[in-house]
Amino acid sequence: MSMLENKVAGDKNAGNDMIQYVTVVIGGQLFGLPISQVHDVFVPESVTRVPMSAPEVQGVLNLRGRIVTAINMRRRLHLPPLQDEQMMAVGIEYKHESYGLVIDTVGEVLTLPSSSAEPNPSNLDRRWAEIAGGVHRLDGQLMVILDVDRLLGAMFTEPMAAA
Amino acid sequence: MDDLLREFITETNESLDVVDVELVKFEQEPNNATILDNIFRLVHTIKGTCGFLGLPRLEGIAHAAETLMGKFRDGAPVTQDAVSLILVSIDQIKDILGELEAAEGEEPQGDDSELIGKLEEMSAAADAAMAGGGAADEPAADAEPEAEAATDSDDFTLPEQTIERPLRPGEVSLDELERAFRETEIEVEVAESAEDEAPDEQPEEIEAPAPAPAAAKTPEKPAEAQPAAKAKPSGEGGEKKASGGGVSNQSIRVAVDTLEHLMTMVSELVLTRNQLLEIVRRHEDSEFKVPLQRLSNVTAELQEGVMATRMQPIGNAWQKLPRIVRDLSQDLEKPIELEMIGADTELDRQVLEMIKDPLTHMVRNSADHGLERPEERRAAGKPEKGIITLAAYHEGGHIIIEVRDDGKGIDVERVKAKIIERGLATEAEVEKMTDAQVQKFIFHAGFSTAAAVTSVSGRGVGMDVVRNNIELIGGTVDLRSVTGKGSSFIIKIPLTLAIVSTLIVEAGGDRFAIPQLSVVELVRVQKNSEHRIERIKDTPVLRLRNKLLPLVHLSQLLGIYEGENAEEAIDADNGFIVVMQVGSQTFGVVVDGVFHTEEIVVKPMSTMLRNLDMFSGNTILGDGSVIMIIDPNGIAGAMASHASSAVAENSEDEQEDLQQKAMTGQNAISLLLFRAGAPEPKAVPLSLVTRLEEFDISKIERSNGRDLVQYRGALMPLVYVNDGDSHKTEGTQPMLVFSDAGRSMGLVVDEIVDIVEDRMNIEVGSERPGVLGSAIVKERATEIIDLGFYLPQAFEDWFMRKEMDIEALTKKVLFVDDSSFFRNMLTPVLKAAGYDVTTCVGVSQAFELLENGDKFHAIVSDIEMPEINGFEFCEAIRRDPRFRQMPILALSSLVTPASIERGRQAGFDDYVAKFDRPGLIAALKDIFAGDLGAAA
Repeated sequence: MSMLENKVAGDKNAGNDMIQYVTVVIGGQLFGLPISQVHDVFVPESVTRVPMSAPEVQGVLNLRGRIVTAINMRRRLHLPPLQDEQMMAVGIEYKHESYGLVIDTVGEVLTLPSSSAEPNPSNLDRRWAEIAGGVHRLDGQLMVILDVDRLLGAMFTEPMAAA
Repeated sequence: MDDLLREFITETNESLDVVDVELVKFEQEPNNATILDNIFRLVHTIKGTCGFLGLPRLEGIAHAAETLMGKFRDGAPVTQDAVSLILVSIDQIKDILGELEAAEGEEPQGDDSELIGKLEEMSAAADAAMAGGGAADEPAADAEPEAEAATDSDDFTLPEQTIERPLRPGEVSLDELERAFRETEIEVEVAESAEDEAPDEQPEEIEAPAPAPAAAKTPEKPAEAQPAAKAKPSGEGGEKKASGGGVSNQSIRVAVDTLEHLMTMVSELVLTRNQLLEIVRRHEDSEFKVPLQRLSNVTAELQEGVMATRMQPIGNAWQKLPRIVRDLSQDLEKPIELEMIGADTELDRQVLEMIKDPLTHMVRNSADHGLERPEERRAAGKPEKGIITLAAYHEGGHIIIEVRDDGKGIDVERVKAKIIERGLATEAEVEKMTDAQVQKFIFHAGFSTAAAVTSVSGRGVGMDVVRNNIELIGGTVDLRSVTGKGSSFIIKIPLTLAIVSTLIVEAGGDRFAIPQLSVVELVRVQKNSEHRIERIKDTPVLRLRNKLLPLVHLSQLLGIYEGENAEEAIDADNGFIVVMQVGSQTFGVVVDGVFHTEEIVVKPMSTMLRNLDMFSGNTILGDGSVIMIIDPNGIAGAMASHASSAVAENSEDEQEDLQQKAMTGQNAISLLLFRAGAPEPKAVPLSLVTRLEEFDISKIERSNGRDLVQYRGALMPLVYVNDGDSHKTEGTQPMLVFSDAGRSMGLVVDEIVDIVEDRMNIEVGSERPGVLGSAIVKERATEIIDLGFYLPQAFEDWFMRKEMDIEALTKKVLFVDDSSFFRNMLTPVLKAAGYDVTTCVGVSQAFELLENGDKFHAIVSDIEMPEINGFEFCEAIRRDPRFRQMPILALSSLVTPASIERGRQAGFDDYVAKFDRPGLIAALKDIFAGDLGAAA
């Protein structure tokens, strides 16, 4: 279990418009989460499944005394489950509650200028487009920005009061 | 708002609550001087403090009320009116206090002169009443010196007051004040001496803590500035002060937040301790064992201690009730006695807060609905005075609160009528219910049996709110009612909300926690053991002490059963059954394993998962894993099928049912399944059947070539489903009885199979007379019987015999319904009534006919139709000037106030239920009657 100590630099740097992203891989695709939203990275262990919940809810787990709702990103993106490999999870806070996004692996932290982000290509799978907040062109690959608010917001069955 | 004012508001509110209670007591025994003294002193204290804090409105009212009470003390007769007036004044003071608090210490504007005027008038009347009797104004001699001292301090405040408001009506004269202080002094004496005898008596409880906080909070104020009534005790002899101080030292005021925080921390500590214990359990000879044991004990004690700080006697929640009952008793003109048992039973303040309102509501209900009027009580041979009993006691980790009255009990028939009227259940379902089940309906939303809405209750927002509030805190409410003897509501609530004792069970490979509160017992079923799982068709049930419990496997309820066949989830030879009770519903939940009980700290579910009603929360277990806590109410909800059934249907079926309903938007109807002449099931809408009967074969007589039975003083012809069938030769013969306008027909059947709730979709039409077609009912192809074919077989003139109205014959009626069943069913009915009926299968066909110039005198239209529904149809017709005057009747299986209103708006002349054949005829008659009248 590793903590990302370096959260301080994560704030959106208004000066030069650089944003730091924690990169994660889900089903071979590189995604980026704004570092300010990532609280920790952990291995999801002993997850208790929650019967009758939405299929992408993998379950709940105990992360240092807090109950965290784990969301399986592969299922969310309609990808086949990962076989025989240890999954990882990034812990995020959303509306004062803890959630864990279960992903394949965590990569490095990238600092990218916000100006280089491009809107979602119009032919992107609708299920992906729902949670993608744009695309960054990197050397040799593309990084999709994960929009946490949209990702989680869409999962609440009841519309929540604007927080 | 400054501290002093806040302190004042808190204290005054408490005092006022006491005054309320005391006044009610006082009214009952007007000669009890002790009670009067208590009230007088409390009001006096309020008045004094108000003057000191510069709150002229409050002071004015308190003063006038005090003056009136002073008259009582002087021997004026105590009248009910006077007490009511004082109570009104107290209420007014409370209101002002409330606003004062909300406005952060700013006294609200307002005029109390009317109230004060009344109070003064009453005082004057009291004066007159005791005129000649002589005022019993005899201050004790030994109090004199102190009174002198008191006036000293008074000199300081009084001039200031007179300068501020020299012209106030009813202003205190110095003489009067002096007298008041002298008397106050005497009261303090009384209180102090009473304290020696009975330390728990009310006066001392209120008085004693007062000086200490006041003194502590206002160190900077000069002692003389203290209101006289307060300053005096502290200025008194050392001995008394010591005793007063002793009491105040024993209690301190702590902010609720502080306690809440402490409680949360202790909860966390308990969790951590559990985790440690779990670790040590795995290492047999750990050196941590002994210290951990001690930690465990200390934690347990700490937990208990903190819980104790949150515990409050339930009497606190009851404090307002005597006053409420007294007011109700006057408003309703019913003498009522309120009996309170176990007021010192303690429970968590959080729980206490939550049950306050439900309790008040239930007491109101008992007074209003439960107790009869005095004359009715006399007639029933009961004492005129109704008794409402409140009782509270502990029962194994729970608190039971009972609200009981000795009134008339719940009128089952009226509740039944209401159930049907509100459409909460069908008549057939209601008939099958036990009285207890019927009574439970009063907890339904929007249910009220009070014939008229009174100011007290009867608005129909009562009992369901009560139930919801109680269920919110994991409690249950039950009802027992005996007609003529009274009813009693039994509330069962957990001692505390933060920590719940649960049973840890396993199902489908996962562990779940079931709150102990709803677990009645555990039953182990094994081969050859006395408890066995039996099956009725595929529904598993458990025979337990002469009761049949519906069973369902937890993994099925939660949808996590992984096997192929859900019915095999329950292993008849081996399993654990958790017998649960929720409300009056008892059922068995089968689990794969039972571990142990554990005290857990409930953590709320994350917002994303909060919509799952099967779980009330989750928690971290001793071993660090997260476990879901089952919500018994959710389980019960999933178990319950229709309000009546004892054996719950499979919850999955039910869900499918719901989905289907949602998808097709069609309403299920009750069908009676039977067999006759052939093994295939046949069905007929239950609402058409008047009665199910069984006749002894010997009762069947043959006459004029047909079978008849004597039924209710008349001969009832028997009809067979297939020509050439005959009745059984021995035993009894079941039959379906159809009655209309005093005539009955018996349809002979082999066997009545079931009553099911299903949509009736006739999928294959039929050419054969007597059969409308085939539909899937309960997953089996079922013939739907055409009653219109059989009825004339019994009486050839069944549809014809009604007086043929020449006028009616000329009336052409357009009947629009997409369902062939109802077209076939109702067309003969309309024809029989003498109308010339044209049928249409849909709105578009109807429009075609109308456009073609076909003339109709009236339209009868179904509401639920595909493409264009009845409302839209009606609106369209009303828009066309040619048909604006055409009477249109709505015909619907869905008759609710909302849909009737919708129909009225759409322009329907009347709204009739589909199965209400006489209603349909009557409605048509009405329409044409109006028509004829106009024409003539």
